[in-house]
Amino acid sequence: MSVDKENVIKIANLSKISFKDHEIEKILEDLNQIIDWVDQLTEVNTDKVSPTFSSFDNDKGMKKREDIINDGDYREDITLNAPNSEEGFFLVPKVID
Amino acid sequence: MKKLTELCLHEAREGLLNKDFTSKELALDHIEAMESSRLLNAFITETPEIAIKSAEESDSRLSNGTNRELEGIPIGVKDMFCTKGVLTTASSKMLSNFIPPYESTVTENLWNEGALLLGKLNNDEFAMGSSNETSFYGPVINPWKRENEKIDLVPGGSSGGSSASVAAKIGLGALGTDTGGSIRQPASFTGTVGLKPTYGRCSRWGIIAFASSLDQAGPITRNVRDNSILLKNMCSHDPKDTTSSSKEVPNFEDSIGKSVKGLKVGIPNEFFQEDMPNEIIEIWNMGKEWLKKSGAEIIDVSLPNTKYALPCYYIIAPAEASSNLARYDGVRFGHSVQSSDINDLYKLTRSEGFGDEVKRRIMIGTYVLSSGYYDAYYLKAQKVRSLITEDYNKVFNNVDVILTPSTPNSAFGLNEKSDDPLSMYLNDIFTVPINLAGLPAISVPAARDSNGLPLGLQLIGRPFEEETIYSFAKILEDSANFKNIENQWWIK
Repeated sequence: MSVDKENVIKIANLSKISFKDHEIEKILEDLNQIIDWVDQLTEVNTDKVSPTFSSFDNDKGMKKREDIINDGDYREDITLNAPNSEEGFFLVPKVID
Repeated sequence: MKKLTELCLHEAREGLLNKDFTSKELALDHIEAMESSRLLNAFITETPEIAIKSAEESDSRLSNGTNRELEGIPIGVKDMFCTKGVLTTASSKMLSNFIPPYESTVTENLWNEGALLLGKLNNDEFAMGSSNETSFYGPVINPWKRENEKIDLVPGGSSGGSSASVAAKIGLGALGTDTGGSIRQPASFTGTVGLKPTYGRCSRWGIIAFASSLDQAGPITRNVRDNSILLKNMCSHDPKDTTSSSKEVPNFEDSIGKSVKGLKVGIPNEFFQEDMPNEIIEIWNMGKEWLKKSGAEIIDVSLPNTKYALPCYYIIAPAEASSNLARYDGVRFGHSVQSSDINDLYKLTRSEGFGDEVKRRIMIGTYVLSSGYYDAYYLKAQKVRSLITEDYNKVFNNVDVILTPSTPNSAFGLNEKSDDPLSMYLNDIFTVPINLAGLPAISVPAARDSNGLPLGLQLIGRPFEEETIYSFAKILEDSANFKNIENQWWIK
């Protein structure tokens, strides 16, 4: 499979990254080189294989803690790194007209 | 008096207990080394005031007998670990102003045992790279050079600041993270010992996420014993990371010096690469001989899906990264480019805040997860991952450890590979499969190549059998009798 320019623009949009025209050529070339290379996985027969999403030994299942509040009340600490905040809220541009 | 930086971690521990010197003296010598070694660009943030303050507490604890396991030991921390109140950047412009309001579990564990923070170490941006050249803060320079050459070499990556600082004796150990080889490859390039523990040994809480099913924290040190001491104090079960293991943490140091007589060492023939330099094969053979002499049995084994590990990794790791890095939106923390349109705010922030390699991986990850390609790439890779893991499970029915080279080459020059992503990726060919299978593995310096550069051997173990790895690693270390770098050309 290979990627074309239109495809790259679509992926960039999904990734919320914009590329300048001259950058698109380079990223297109890089992506195609990498995708051609990972395409070798098609050689492997995986018909009867189930996927591994994590190598965590979860025979016993992941531990779940009780659903109770055990942390929090750091509103000020958390907004300290925000570029724009007011009264403990993050500020964003208007999203819905 | 001999500089206290000449001591390794366990020697310093002994010296402090014997009251040969104080923790403050030890800290001051390391701070001086850090400040006079800026040519290496190993540190992004130096924290001498924190080190001195902690050293004073350590000295009072050492005198009143309430000393803890790492009392007064100065270490460096890769800038992927969140440290409360101390700039934590992931070596990215995106986080160049980020001061975490919390501490990672692994670093918290170390401070609770008395270790001191010297500073935050440079790495590839968001730990994506094998040479430390993708850092927003510039490349780290390897303390090692080829004999009779002045060319600057890379320290490996992504934990390049960690490996370089330990080789240059700035700190008695350093923390790294390893997603596809980011501890072991730099250790191999700098003549240091680097271990990636079993997935789940260390909590990932407070470590800036790259690929969550692969990321693990681990120690880089100047010898195997030091490594085992540091690891023990990093591990814990952490309710804040559901993938952290509740298995008991053994005293890994007890396994140093244990006999390996009668144990079995697997040699996977798929790790022979056609274009691999002869020297690498010779060192591998030497390693086999050393272990054989110690009474271990050498057995040829097969890991048939090895060649698919790297392409498999370059689907899974970018996929997870593209998802993890979606949080950098310019709204809550980090770099932000303001705009009256929310979509532009996201795009401008991310285009400006991320470097080329990070963008490349986000793009690959988004592509393989996008509708119409998910099954062909992402799901396929997860199935191949099962086959790779199965290969290791089978082999570990018959052997106790697997011995391979750590890297297909020694340290290369700055800018030598940075224009070709694929050739850079191939540097991790021997380390990546281990992350996919979630296994523990170590790189131990074994010899110098014909240019005088260090080369490492890798030992891979069964899940949660770091102790066996350490017993074998100590034998490699004793047999290799590797000498650390002597000419400290970078000191100013």
